[in-house]
Amino acid sequence: MTLTQMQVQTSLDLSTDQDLVVVRGLKKYFPVRRGLLQRVVAWVKAVDGVSFTIRRGETMGLVGESGCGKTTVGRTILRLIEPTAGEVYFEGRNIFALTKPELKTLRRDMQIIFQDPYSSLDPRMPVGASIAEGLAVHGIGTPKERFEMVVDLLRKVGLEDYHARRYPHEFSGGQRQRIVIARALALRPKFIVCDEPISALDVSIQAQIINLLKELQEEFKLTYLFIAHNLSVIEHVSDRVAVMYLGKIVELTSREELYRNPLHPYTQALLSAVPIPDPTLRRERILLKGDVPSPLNPPSGCRFHPRCPVATRYCAQEEPPFVNIGTRGQEHWVACWRVM
Amino acid sequence: MATAELRAEALLTVREESYLLIVWRRFRRHRVALVGAVILLAFILIAVLAPWIAPYDPYAQNLLLKNAGPSPAHWLGTDELGRDVLSRLIYAARISLTVAFVVTLISQTTGALIGAISGYFGGWVDNVIQRVVDFMLTLPLLPLLLTVSALLSDVTLPGLTREWSSVVIIILVLSLFGWMGSARLVRGVVLSLREQTFTEAARALGMSDLQIVIRHMIPNAMAPIIVSATLSLGTVIILEAALSFLGFGVQPPVPTWGNMLNNAQADMWTQPFKAIIPGFCIFLTSLSFNFVGDGLRDALDPRLKR
Repeated sequence: MTLTQMQVQTSLDLSTDQDLVVVRGLKKYFPVRRGLLQRVVAWVKAVDGVSFTIRRGETMGLVGESGCGKTTVGRTILRLIEPTAGEVYFEGRNIFALTKPELKTLRRDMQIIFQDPYSSLDPRMPVGASIAEGLAVHGIGTPKERFEMVVDLLRKVGLEDYHARRYPHEFSGGQRQRIVIARALALRPKFIVCDEPISALDVSIQAQIINLLKELQEEFKLTYLFIAHNLSVIEHVSDRVAVMYLGKIVELTSREELYRNPLHPYTQALLSAVPIPDPTLRRERILLKGDVPSPLNPPSGCRFHPRCPVATRYCAQEEPPFVNIGTRGQEHWVACWRVM
Repeated sequence: MATAELRAEALLTVREESYLLIVWRRFRRHRVALVGAVILLAFILIAVLAPWIAPYDPYAQNLLLKNAGPSPAHWLGTDELGRDVLSRLIYAARISLTVAFVVTLISQTTGALIGAISGYFGGWVDNVIQRVVDFMLTLPLLPLLLTVSALLSDVTLPGLTREWSSVVIIILVLSLFGWMGSARLVRGVVLSLREQTFTEAARALGMSDLQIVIRHMIPNAMAPIIVSATLSLGTVIILEAALSFLGFGVQPPVPTWGNMLNNAQADMWTQPFKAIIPGFCIFLTSLSFNFVGDGLRDALDPRLKR
C-alpha cells in the first residue's frame, strides 16, 4: 500500500455525520499546450492530492502563498473546475459523479464569494437582478416575491432596499462585496467558499465584511471554507486551519493548536512573519530562502525541502506522509519527516 | 423556458432610461451623426408613408407617356413604361430600407450568437467556427453574391410572385454572407467577458451555458453589436443596389434604387438625372448610416463616462 492510499484510508475512517464536505485525494492538473497542434507538453500540478474534511457549522481556514493552489481547491470543490482525480463528498454525495440536473440542484446548497468584487457583478445588470438571478434560475417564487426576497437580503447585508435598482458601478468595493454576499445567500446555501473575500478591500472595510460573514454564519448556520493568504485574518475567523504549500496540505489542525504549536517548518516560517502589534516584543524570524518552486516541476521528496531550514538529505528523496500525530484525541495532521 | 422568464425581471426599468439618456446626450454632440440621423428619419418616414406621399401608383403604366421629362404632373418624369419616377423612387425607399433592416437583423443576430458561442466555449468549437469565418471572409463577395443570386433567380417561393420572391431571396443571400463581421466582433468581447468573475458566479448559481450567453454575454456585448449593425445597414443598401443594378437582385417591376439605376442607363445621356437621383439616394442613406454608426460608437463607448 502506498502512502497516498494510506492517507486516503485514514481520512475515510475519520469521516462522520458531522462532516459536511469530505475531500479525498483531490488533484487538479492544468495542461500546458504548445505548438500548432496544441499538444500537451507539461502539466501544472496546481492541486496534487489534497484530503480534508469540513465539519458542519465550522469555518475551515485555508492558507498559503499565492499560487499554492488554494483557489483551485475552492473552485474544484464546487465543481466550477473539473478535477483531474479525487473525490469530493457533500453530505455524503460524490459531487463529481452527479449529472447536470443533479449538480444544478446541489448548487443551491453551495455558493462562493470571490476575491474581486469589481468583476464579480455583471456591470449591465441592476444589482437587484443580480441577487435575484439564482432564485430565478431555480424557479423560486414569482418575480414579485423575488423582489421582496432581494430587499430582505439587501437589508441583511447592511444595504438599503432602493439599492436594488442601481448598477454595480454606483457602489464602493465594500458595498459590492456585500451585494456579492447577498447573491450567495439568496439560495439559502449550507456551504459557502469564501475565496479571499476581503483581500481586495480597504483595511477599514475588511473588518466589517469579516464581521458580517460571522453574523450571517450564526444566523443561517453556514459552513465556510475560508481561503486567505493572511494568517491574522485566518486566526480571527477559523475553527480549523489547513496550510497549503505547492498543491499539497502540509499541516491541518485546530486554530488554537496551529498558532500555539505549529509543527511544520513552513507553518513556523509563515507564523514568524506575522507582525506583532507590540514593539517591545521580539521574536526570531525564520526567513525562507528563494522563491516558491514552479508547480510545473515540483521538487522531489518533500516539496518544501529546497527552502526548508531543517531539511535533511532524506527529505529530498522521499515524500513525507500526511499523518495525524495529535495526542489525546486531538487532531494535528502534518506532513514532515522531521516531526515524525 | 427559464430564460424567457428571467427577462421578465421587474427590476430593470428606471436606470436603463437614464443610461439611454446619457448615450443620447453624448450622441447629440456628434454633429455629423445627428445630421445623418435626421436624414435617415426622413427616409424612413417617406418609406413608411409611401402610399400617402407617392403621387401615382408606382406600377401604373402609361405607355402614351414613355420616357417623359420632368413636368408639373410628373416631377421627375416617367420611365420607359410610362411609370411615374418619383412614385417609384418613394416605393423603392421602402424596399431598399426593408431589405437593409431585415438583412441586418438576421445577419447581426446570428453573427452575435455564433460569435458569443465561439468565444464562450472556446477550444475546438471556437477553432471550427473561426476557420469557417476565415473561409467566408476570403471569398470574393460580389462575384459570389452574383453567382448565388443568379442560381436562385428563377426560384419562386410558394405564395409569392417571382418578383417578390426575389426580394426574399436577396434578403436570405445577403444575410448568409453578412454575419461574419459581427461574429468576429462579439467573439472578441465575449472572450474577455468569459474571464470575468461574474461568469463564474453565474455558473455557481446553476445557470446553464446558454443562459449565461443570453443573459450576460450578449447584453454586455450590446454596444459594439449596435454599432456594427448600423454600419452594416449602409453596406447592405449598397450591396442590394449593386445586385439589383446588375439584374440579379430584386426583379422589376418591384422598384429598388439599384434596379432604377439600371433602367435609367438607357437614357443616361439625355436624362442623366434619372440615374443620378436613385444613385444619390443610395449614397445618402449609406453615408448617413455610417455617420450614425460613428456617432453611436462614440456615444456607447464605456470608457467615456459622463
